[in-house]
Amino acid sequence: MFLIVPIIKIALLVFIVLTADAYLTWLERKVIAHIQARWGPYRVGPHGLLQPLADGIKFILKEDPLPEGVDKKAYFFAPFLTLMLALTSLAVIPFGPDITILGYKTNFGIADVNISLLALFAITALSVYGIALAGWGSNSKYSLLGGLRSSAQMISYELSLTLSVVGVLLMAGTLSLKEIVEMQHYSSYGFLGWNIIGFSKDHFGFTQIIGCICFFISAVAETNRVPFDLPEAESELVAGFHTEYASMKFAMFFIGEYTAMIAVSSLSTILFFGGWLSPFPDSWTLTHYIPSVLLVPLGLWIIFDGIRYETIFGRIVLPGLGTVLTVVGAALFLFPAANEIIQGPFWFFIKVFAALFFYIWMRGTLPRFRYDQLMDFGWKFLLPVSIANVVLTSAVLLWRSHG
Amino acid sequence: MSAVLFIFFVLAGLAIFGAVALILQSHPIHSALSLILVMLCLAGLYLLMGAEFVAAVQIIVYGGAVMVLFVFVIMLLNAGEEERTNFSKLASFAGVPLALALAGLIAAAIANSTRHMPAATTGELTSTRELSKLLFSEFVYPFELTSFLILVAILGAIVLAQREHH
Repeated sequence: MFLIVPIIKIALLVFIVLTADAYLTWLERKVIAHIQARWGPYRVGPHGLLQPLADGIKFILKEDPLPEGVDKKAYFFAPFLTLMLALTSLAVIPFGPDITILGYKTNFGIADVNISLLALFAITALSVYGIALAGWGSNSKYSLLGGLRSSAQMISYELSLTLSVVGVLLMAGTLSLKEIVEMQHYSSYGFLGWNIIGFSKDHFGFTQIIGCICFFISAVAETNRVPFDLPEAESELVAGFHTEYASMKFAMFFIGEYTAMIAVSSLSTILFFGGWLSPFPDSWTLTHYIPSVLLVPLGLWIIFDGIRYETIFGRIVLPGLGTVLTVVGAALFLFPAANEIIQGPFWFFIKVFAALFFYIWMRGTLPRFRYDQLMDFGWKFLLPVSIANVVLTSAVLLWRSHG
Repeated sequence: MSAVLFIFFVLAGLAIFGAVALILQSHPIHSALSLILVMLCLAGLYLLMGAEFVAAVQIIVYGGAVMVLFVFVIMLLNAGEEERTNFSKLASFAGVPLALALAGLIAAAIANSTRHMPAATTGELTSTRELSKLLFSEFVYPFELTSFLILVAILGAIVLAQREHH
């Protein structure tokens, strides 16, 4: 029992996250396409839903050439490191509250460490090496420039990333992500207790909206996403640090990037948006049926959309998917015990999904920074603002604890 | 062998392997990577002793910030492989005996000290809260002075780097 439960959890989490990564690429292409008035993936499977599968097969079957003059150790190690660190960072994230299933007490999450926030920052600090080594080991000028840009950028934005969290830590008085979420629970006010509003039980709180904005911007820069994707700026550097990578090794960078996105979205959810807490007051018990109320119509709509789909394949797959969703929604409605268990992860999923959607939205909207603008913004704007937030929050907390 | 002892020997072995590799590697980047391995193993050892905060900070500060700068500078200067030059005569004669003597001395010191030392006092200084309380009460002046010193060093580096503009 000591080892079996964690191993099952790890296998389950890796499976879920890798699937989520695959469908995140689908979602990203679809959403950006619609932002730009295109259709996006539409050919492989109904609504392009099998596109990630086709991409996966393509990655595995592609030739994997070894460029000349590469530093073999660094070249092979870099993609593994990127993917490994990204997956490791998910180990300390709590996805829901402690629960008891069939008399066995457990929690949503693999490791409940009491310094989980520091552990996450330690993993983030190491993830620079994956990109830096890939850039240096590839023996290519584009890759090297991409790697250098990336290391400089990640070092710079790590400062404001860490400092923007200090306000939350001052209020919570702990480094444990689980306790940070529990601290935001304010039974009769729902979402007003979240750190972004900061309306806590003993009025010992202060809105962390500045910290939240700084955190999100720095997090986007840390994950090298638009508008901070200079390490892989296509117009200047071909593909930046992964120019010389193909096949599965490229896919590992890709999966690593998307997993890091999920990890960072989860972290911002936990720190500022109440983690797995419901936005409604505890006394509104009817809101516990929201998962069913969302799932059943969604399933029925997919069934309805599926039976008149253009292809025969779609007419089989889509109604099948819709039926599964409808049945799950109905089962949650009929079995209150299962419904209670699903509440925490449900709200967590909704919030992480919203954060990821925001990521994609930004990619479809914003142009890329110029390199000097990037550095100016990080050092001359984001860092002072984060420090000001720390000073302001401590001042307010001190004043409130005396008054 | 208990699990803790087993993990200790794995981490200690890896740390020594990294330290030896650091010297034997001919390329600066490989040496830097070996040093990172040593840092990570040390962090693991701290964790094994229950000092979570120190372990995390070891990785964030040394494994992350400091070594990233090393790697960054090596990459920026595009330092090539080292060439083996002839060792100095003194090193080839006196090196091994001196190293052995030093190792023996350290081993003797450790063997002596553990005999008199009480069992490790884990649990008092290890929690982050206790550590920060001590830092900001008893050791506040040394702590602040150190930060001031680092600030002076940063300013000095900026002044040196900007010298050419005047």
